[in-house]
Amino acid sequence: MSNQSSLRVVVLAGGLSHERDVSVRSGRRIAEALRSRDVEVDERDMDIELLPWLVADPPACVFPMFHGAAGEDGAIRDVLDLLKLPYVGSDPEACRLTYDKPLAKTILARSGVSTPDMIVLPHEAFRELGAAAVLEAVENAFGFPLVIKPSKGGSALGVSIVHSAEELPTAMVTCFSYGDTALIERCISGTEVAVSVVDLGDGPVALPAVEIVPDGEFYNYNARYTAGLTEFFAPARLSQEVARSVADEAVKVHKTLGLSGFSRSDFIIDAAGIPQFIEANVAPGMTETSLLPQAVTAADLDLGEVCLALVHDAIEAHRQ
Amino acid sequence: MAPQTDPFGAGSEQAGNRLDPHLARYAERTRGMTASEIRSLFAVASRPEVVSLAGGMPNVAALSMDTVSSTVANMLATRGQVALQYGSGNGDQRLREQICEMVGLQGIAPHPDDVIVTVGSQMALDLVTRIFCDPGDVILAEAPSYVGALGVFRAYQVDVEHVAMDEHGLNPDALRERLKTLAAQGKTPKFLYTIPTFHNPAGLSQPQERRMEILQICQSAGVLIIEDDPYGLLGFDGVIPQAIRSHDEDGVIYLGSFSKTFAAGIRVGWAVAPHGVREKLTLAAEAAVLCPPAFSQLTISTYLDTQPWMDQIKIFREVYRERRDATLESLAQYMPPGTTWTHPTGGFYVWVSMPEGIDATAMLPRAVTARVAYVPGTAFYMDGQGHQSLRLSYSYPEPDRIREGVRRLGSVINEELKLMHTFGTVGAAKKTGTSKGSTPGPDVV
Repeated sequence: MSNQSSLRVVVLAGGLSHERDVSVRSGRRIAEALRSRDVEVDERDMDIELLPWLVADPPACVFPMFHGAAGEDGAIRDVLDLLKLPYVGSDPEACRLTYDKPLAKTILARSGVSTPDMIVLPHEAFRELGAAAVLEAVENAFGFPLVIKPSKGGSALGVSIVHSAEELPTAMVTCFSYGDTALIERCISGTEVAVSVVDLGDGPVALPAVEIVPDGEFYNYNARYTAGLTEFFAPARLSQEVARSVADEAVKVHKTLGLSGFSRSDFIIDAAGIPQFIEANVAPGMTETSLLPQAVTAADLDLGEVCLALVHDAIEAHRQ
Repeated sequence: MAPQTDPFGAGSEQAGNRLDPHLARYAERTRGMTASEIRSLFAVASRPEVVSLAGGMPNVAALSMDTVSSTVANMLATRGQVALQYGSGNGDQRLREQICEMVGLQGIAPHPDDVIVTVGSQMALDLVTRIFCDPGDVILAEAPSYVGALGVFRAYQVDVEHVAMDEHGLNPDALRERLKTLAAQGKTPKFLYTIPTFHNPAGLSQPQERRMEILQICQSAGVLIIEDDPYGLLGFDGVIPQAIRSHDEDGVIYLGSFSKTFAAGIRVGWAVAPHGVREKLTLAAEAAVLCPPAFSQLTISTYLDTQPWMDQIKIFREVYRERRDATLESLAQYMPPGTTWTHPTGGFYVWVSMPEGIDATAMLPRAVTARVAYVPGTAFYMDGQGHQSLRLSYSYPEPDRIREGVRRLGSVINEELKLMHTFGTVGAAKKTGTSKGSTPGPDVV
């Protein structure tokens, strides 16, 4: 193993989004992984001191691990571009496309990726058209169950699965507590999997799919971050054909959205064995219960090794 | 470097992984200990951009650091070797004498042997519950009640029966009714847990005659009272209410703390208990921590011996009174019609009841986005009540920050009302469920 002591990386984590807590834990895990490879790591939060600090002593590379707004919407990466600092992961444009779930689904559907039917409604639409009429139209078109979620954001915050018309208004209020636009999706039953894609210098490659089996109805915040509430299978219990299909779809998502470095795409394998795209993440969780680190382990890789390769690749890409 | 495992279908025989090899070993009482969205939102509340009206943190900025520094130096110079050594299980003798002098202000006249020093009054509460309660036992507590107490009761698998409050605190009629109902079920509560003075979270105080009535009800029913009194000296008018314990030495265990009268970080509290109880508390304390921290105890003891501590309490009162005023003024200015709140005469907290149907837990993400934080009312109940209420703590932020925070909160509630009108959910706040997922961490108790 080479000594990386001359390599200094800044891991950015925390921020002001609803996912601050998760981001802090993800950042800590990435920092520890890089340190295990003898990289000098500074962990920094987002505050008014950050930019002057980065300018005064530029690191070799930045590893952004902010989750949610200002982290995954491309904003921080726009600023890093302005500072001409290399960073791990996708560029601002790809982040903007991916972070907006309806937009990502639309682009991917046009490219032939299967994704559940949806309708996207800002809060104002309900106010102006009348919530009862709009919800009735949604119910008539899609039936139940439905998935109600904010159009942006992660960790299943503000997400509800709705089984009847009576549950819809409360689910909408919950959703709009996290954002101004709701994504209403037909609920697909099947096997829930997450496929991580990494580009370690030879193009994007899918890691083994991780199958998610939560104890409760769905993979909500508690199930994501409480060890024991969800059972994972890595690799997922899929036929070879379906496993290859979902891996191909994840790489297709990565390429179609213009993602770089690493990403994670979530799918439901429906009754016909078709992967239905749910959403993609440009800064997937890296906590002790997160999915990408499990995929790394399932691939017989070391997280520190992967992170270091991502750093080297980002530096090289920046040079070019 | 490339992935070495074929990702395509190798997992058909794979065993599942729950990411915690100790799952089968955990005790039943850990079942409710899970991550929660609400806890994650409190992580954002710690950022300086957010006006946090959530945490009940004492305003230690009002304490002279020079005074603390010289007190510690003095203590180390005079009793350093004692401070750095193990001590007695029931606490330092001199400190127990000083505690007796302090509680004399509340009409309690214990012998120093009746006092056991603990790691904050939270530990005293833990010890009391440990020695009295088996899983499934019933205790009584106000509705709402202190979130830290509910955490202890939950940990010992105790069934909490809430007793309604009115504008004067715990309602005696509701207490009689609850005792009657429990008796009909063949249940006798192990104790009543009450905060009679400047209640957390309700901000209410029991008048003296009510304290006597509650005591008489409990005496008649043979129910022990646990009187938690961390805020008793922090009345804004300078009047110190007499403790329930001052009327009954055998039927009341009194819990006190230096967290609000000196500093929370020193972690020293105490229990004043009848003889038999005291002996068991000491044995339980020794099993838990061997002895309370000598360093902290002797620091406080030196502070009480050498500094005008009552003058410092007067400073604290003024600091909190100014912040209480800012809170009440801005609530009057910014809250929408249909919102009501308590008017505390001491302590740290205002309890806000919002227009019908608003769910304070569901509203919290919107509030955090607007850079203001509070504790949803559900955290203060074990039975799913409190959706329509929230607790504001005014103890820590500067008055101008409080005004800005309440202004933001008013906007958030107005937005929530519009949303509810849009979806016709007015009046549909949740009425059932448990609060264990919304329990905040120690920085917001």
